[in-house]
Amino acid sequence: MASILDIPRNQSAVVRHVGGDRSFRRRIMEMGLIPGTAIRVVGVAPLGDPITLAVRCGRISIRKDEASVVEVVT
Amino acid sequence: MNSPLPLVALIGNPNTGKTTVWNALTGNHAQVGNYPGVTVERRVGWMAIPGGNGVNLLDVPGTYSLVARTGEEQIAIKAVLGLQGQLGPELVVVCVDATNLERSLYIVLQFLEFGMRVVVALTMVDEAAASAPDPEKLSARLGCKVVPLAAHRRQGLDGLRAAIATALKDDVPPPSWRWSPSPILRSKLDLITESLPAEWPKNDATALWALMSVGAEDELVGIPPALRAAVAIDDKAAQPLDDEAIIGRYRWLDTEIHPLVAKPPDRLRTERIDRLLIHPVSGLMIFAVLMFSIFQALFLGADPIITAIEDVFAWVGAGVRSTLPVSMFTDFVVDGLIAGVGAVVVFLPQILMLFFFLGLLESSGYMARIAFLMDRLMRTMNLHGRAFIPMLSGFACAVPAIMATRTMERKRDRILTMMVIPLTTCSARLPIYTLLIASLIPATLVGGWLPVQGLMMVGMYGFSIVSTLLVAWVLSRTLRPLRAKRLPFVIELPPYRMPIFGDVVRMMLRRAGSFLTDAGRIIVVGSIALWALLYFPRPSPEALSSWRTELAANDTGAPEDVEGLERGFRLEQSYAGRLGQAMEPVLSPLGFDWKIGVGIIGAFAAREVFVATMGVVYGIGGDVDEQTPRLRDRIRAERHRDGSVVYTPLVGITLMIFFALACQCMSTLAAVRRETRSLAWPTFLFGYMTILAWVVSFAVYQGGRMLGLG
Repeated sequence: MASILDIPRNQSAVVRHVGGDRSFRRRIMEMGLIPGTAIRVVGVAPLGDPITLAVRCGRISIRKDEASVVEVVT
Repeated sequence: MNSPLPLVALIGNPNTGKTTVWNALTGNHAQVGNYPGVTVERRVGWMAIPGGNGVNLLDVPGTYSLVARTGEEQIAIKAVLGLQGQLGPELVVVCVDATNLERSLYIVLQFLEFGMRVVVALTMVDEAAASAPDPEKLSARLGCKVVPLAAHRRQGLDGLRAAIATALKDDVPPPSWRWSPSPILRSKLDLITESLPAEWPKNDATALWALMSVGAEDELVGIPPALRAAVAIDDKAAQPLDDEAIIGRYRWLDTEIHPLVAKPPDRLRTERIDRLLIHPVSGLMIFAVLMFSIFQALFLGADPIITAIEDVFAWVGAGVRSTLPVSMFTDFVVDGLIAGVGAVVVFLPQILMLFFFLGLLESSGYMARIAFLMDRLMRTMNLHGRAFIPMLSGFACAVPAIMATRTMERKRDRILTMMVIPLTTCSARLPIYTLLIASLIPATLVGGWLPVQGLMMVGMYGFSIVSTLLVAWVLSRTLRPLRAKRLPFVIELPPYRMPIFGDVVRMMLRRAGSFLTDAGRIIVVGSIALWALLYFPRPSPEALSSWRTELAANDTGAPEDVEGLERGFRLEQSYAGRLGQAMEPVLSPLGFDWKIGVGIIGAFAAREVFVATMGVVYGIGGDVDEQTPRLRDRIRAERHRDGSVVYTPLVGITLMIFFALACQCMSTLAAVRRETRSLAWPTFLFGYMTILAWVVSFAVYQGGRMLGLG
């Protein structure tokens, strides 16, 4: 199964399932990243982590650990 | 009868321009209180509305959702439901960012589920331009008033006031849900509703809040055990129920609201700027230059102003002394009161500067990028990415740095940062280092070109950076309230926006004002107490005359500074002098004598005062600084009673290490007391740093002696 980490830079994908622990899931889903949402990987921080996603009309930054548990369909 | 003004809450996602709306509506005149249990300001300001006496507007901290995990996040729900003895608002004004419509409307749906009067303040309509939704249509779909605003241009404010006035006259609407709970969720909600505390509204929305917020790992306060028992759900079982609510709301937003946005808002400008500012090379370079500039401004730029303030207070003190008769009262007014007030005012330049910069960084959107850029580095010490600026500022002065920890929303992050900031090499340590290095470290070159004295100074900075990071690492792994939990790092990178100057200045003045009134009071009282410790008891006339006789008898013929020697004698007789002598058994294992002990006590007023106190102790008066050759000579010449040298280079290094690690600064403790609103944290800070300083100094001194260095 592909995760956010498998999306090439500046490419879009659609969220299939949000994994991770409850507080992470709740937070990111309440910010609009839910199954069916199209997201795009905008960039990676200079030190390699975290990454930035375009979600709906905003930009959200999450760590790679947590990005790896968000499944997507490319 | 004079009925109280209606309470209206102002709330919204972070970065939706809520502060600008608040300032525009209330003129920033607010009564500031505190939310019980958390160190977050509760601001209520009066605002005018047409056809009434106005309303009280409550500023609720920005949040994406009412669901909470921590005490800080819980503020929103408490404010909205009026829990803990506070009045609930009659109406909620929600700031909704027109450039990020669906996400910022999510919380509006939560309010509608509670059945609250809601007015939507649609902000940033100028920025959204063509992608802003039609307010009428949006209003029709949501079933509440929508007022478009461009608050920084003061457009739409009258419309908002009118909408609030009208809505307050409407009936309170019934709860309105845009999705239907499944039978499983339905039965769970019914069960929880039964166990809600009596003062909470008994409705489905409150039950849903409890279901989504209460869990095994939450840090909520005031949740009764009966409610916990009713919720009793493990994370796995909670997952489908959380999903149902969140997805249910967003499905509605996607089908009903999304079509109102004609085209996606233009993010090109922000994307372009980000390409530069979070780029691996240019991003880090610009970051370094920005941080360096802020640091230089605090470190060097504030210096002339600080000197001027010190001069003014010295001048006022001298003026008062010359008009009042020589008396204990005059000494109190000049050396206790005026000097104490001076010790507070002297922090203002750096506080104003730092909060001005923080305001610019926050409102431009760059602050979120700092957290993004620094997260990888800072999290190895379990620190928040936003802790970077406070810690950097600590190298100028710990007091503004501790106040700057407010940019972090979680208490644990703030406190951990506050606990390590005083370990950074603040500028007040430099006079001590300079004096000791110049007096005791030979001015030779290593390998023919590297000056030892300069290396020593660099070494002290290196030592401070390592100890700061190490202590953060250790504290975050040992102390329960500071322990790093698996906290999700989900931050928004908001669009870059032009900072609104008025808002930045208002915030800056507010912070400076609260420093003067809260921390300032403690510092003045502390300064006076310290003055008394160094001043009392006065030697009796008999003791003084016998001291003079003795001095005359021992006259070696060399020119003597009698006045300076007398001040030294008085200090020796004071409580501080006696305390120093009493402390000698604790200090001698570090190679310090009682005179250094007195200096350490005096340094509690501010570390650099150590230099002046040593001047008095050594009988050459307090009017010395680290450059005074006489003080340096005197230090080198100082002998123990057995004739051995007091200040060996090893003692000098040990003393520097002691000052690097000890929390020898009451203003720092006052600032921590102010920011944590507790006595426990400043006490812990002082305690752990003093013990650490003693232990490390002991190891350095005794280790050095074993190696034959002392």
